[in-house]
Amino acid sequence: MASYSGSVAPNHITPERVYLRRREFIRNSLLFAATSSSVGGTLLWLMRGLRAKDHKHPVNATATESRPLTIAQRTDYAPGEAKTPYESVTTYNNFYEFGTDKSDPAQNALTLRPRPWTLNIEGEVERPQVIDIDQLLSWFPLEERVYRMRCVEAWSMVIPWLGFPLGDLLRRVGLTSRAKYVAFTSLLDPVQMPEQRSAVLDWPYVEGLRIDEAMHPLTILAAGLYGRRLPNQNGAPMRLVVPWKYGFKGIKSIVKIRLTGKAPPTTWNLAAPSEYGFYANVNPAVDHPRWSQSTERRIGEYHRRATLPFNGYSDQVARLYSGMDLSRFF
Amino acid sequence: MAAWTKTSPFPWLKPAVLTGSLVPIAAILVRAWGNALGADPIAQALNQLGLIALVFLVAALGCTPLKAMVGWTWPMRLRRMLGLLAFFYAGLHVITYTVIDQGLDWHAILDDILKRKFIFVGFATFVLLIPLAITSTNSAIRRLGYPRWKQLHRLAYVAPALAVLHFTWRVKRDIREPLTYGLVLAMLLAARFLGQLRAPVSLAWQTVNRSSGDIWKSDRP
Repeated sequence: MASYSGSVAPNHITPERVYLRRREFIRNSLLFAATSSSVGGTLLWLMRGLRAKDHKHPVNATATESRPLTIAQRTDYAPGEAKTPYESVTTYNNFYEFGTDKSDPAQNALTLRPRPWTLNIEGEVERPQVIDIDQLLSWFPLEERVYRMRCVEAWSMVIPWLGFPLGDLLRRVGLTSRAKYVAFTSLLDPVQMPEQRSAVLDWPYVEGLRIDEAMHPLTILAAGLYGRRLPNQNGAPMRLVVPWKYGFKGIKSIVKIRLTGKAPPTTWNLAAPSEYGFYANVNPAVDHPRWSQSTERRIGEYHRRATLPFNGYSDQVARLYSGMDLSRFF
Repeated sequence: MAAWTKTSPFPWLKPAVLTGSLVPIAAILVRAWGNALGADPIAQALNQLGLIALVFLVAALGCTPLKAMVGWTWPMRLRRMLGLLAFFYAGLHVITYTVIDQGLDWHAILDDILKRKFIFVGFATFVLLIPLAITSTNSAIRRLGYPRWKQLHRLAYVAPALAVLHFTWRVKRDIREPLTYGLVLAMLLAARFLGQLRAPVSLAWQTVNRSSGDIWKSDRP
């Protein structure tokens, strides 16, 4: 057998049985890889949930956002509490005009154009007017206010806002004696706010305050955070901040402030009147019908913490509601 | 080899589906490790684990209609595994809620379960899955007897319906996603019901008789 012509000895030839096994092994391996990766991929896709489409737009908002602002005064209204990182404050937002997932606004709000921008002040005021946002901001020195922000969904942040008291603006335009409430309106523009094409809420977003709440020194209009202009996803160019109320009262991208004699409609109250009241004061004793409000998770912290009445601002604001049944006027 | 092929025509199927099904938990762990779960990682992990549990509950219900309507038998072999995966993810969801989110504050957890209907319904879903997981073995089928086992496992229709309710009541406003799952579930239940009318004798029972109790491998009647 030494004179065998080929270089492969017969005992080295793979038997057909094993040869077929090998093909089957390769085929099965490929099928395994294809199946496991498509199952895994489908599950990862489902895990992303129902996100708003990516409305990325060439307009670059970061250029204006990153300009530092001049700060006249700094006050810490959450002393001893760590500020929530800028990264979290600007990537975890409820701003349904850009999608209902909390990461949607940061991704999609580039379509918002915060300049040029005008604010319409009308209704029961002595000098109704339409003001350019930059002119408005030049009227008042910007203060830094570090406030706790408690979302109705039972999470919270500590945010260094830049703004000025709403009361200063209202005094400047002059209130008539019939001004009992303040009604705020957000921008209505489905081109700039693409999710306004969905019917998830009634657009535009509207909010309101009683006049004494609006004039309270803690109530501010914010035009910035962390020393810089407000990023689009946080409500550029200007938003309301009322630190003792749930976050949804802080209407974003305001285009109109109207003084009225009657309580104005508010968006979340219209959407679910039994769950969201006009007042929306932070109150650990009054639960949301579907979840507890007694504790909250501070973003970035592991353990839940107790929610404080009026979000810890009782000393300043509790007197506004003396004699009121807060479980009825929630 | 021929006999081996006959009993298991797609030997790669189950391990492949199992591997793919563990991708979500792997992804959540990797993202948690790399701080990539967003600003509220606990809420994110909690929501995603619950969602994947629901996906498996619905998928497990899809096996029988696929067989009845398309004629595919291979999904039937995955049904038990899909159900157990649903239990696995539901368990992780419950552990995330009780241990990580609530920090084992039993008073708050009990308060949540009793006072809040969405948590009550979610908890009920998990409780229903426990007997199903325990009786998922072949020996349990034999011990219970198939008719009783089948009766018990009708809870597999109730659990995903409760899970969809739990999901719907949890979201603040945008109920499109829970409704999508609800719609898929309703279609599967409708298909199942129509199939029941056509085939009064269960195929699974026929096969359990024929193959001495092992209904899971004998997918070729």
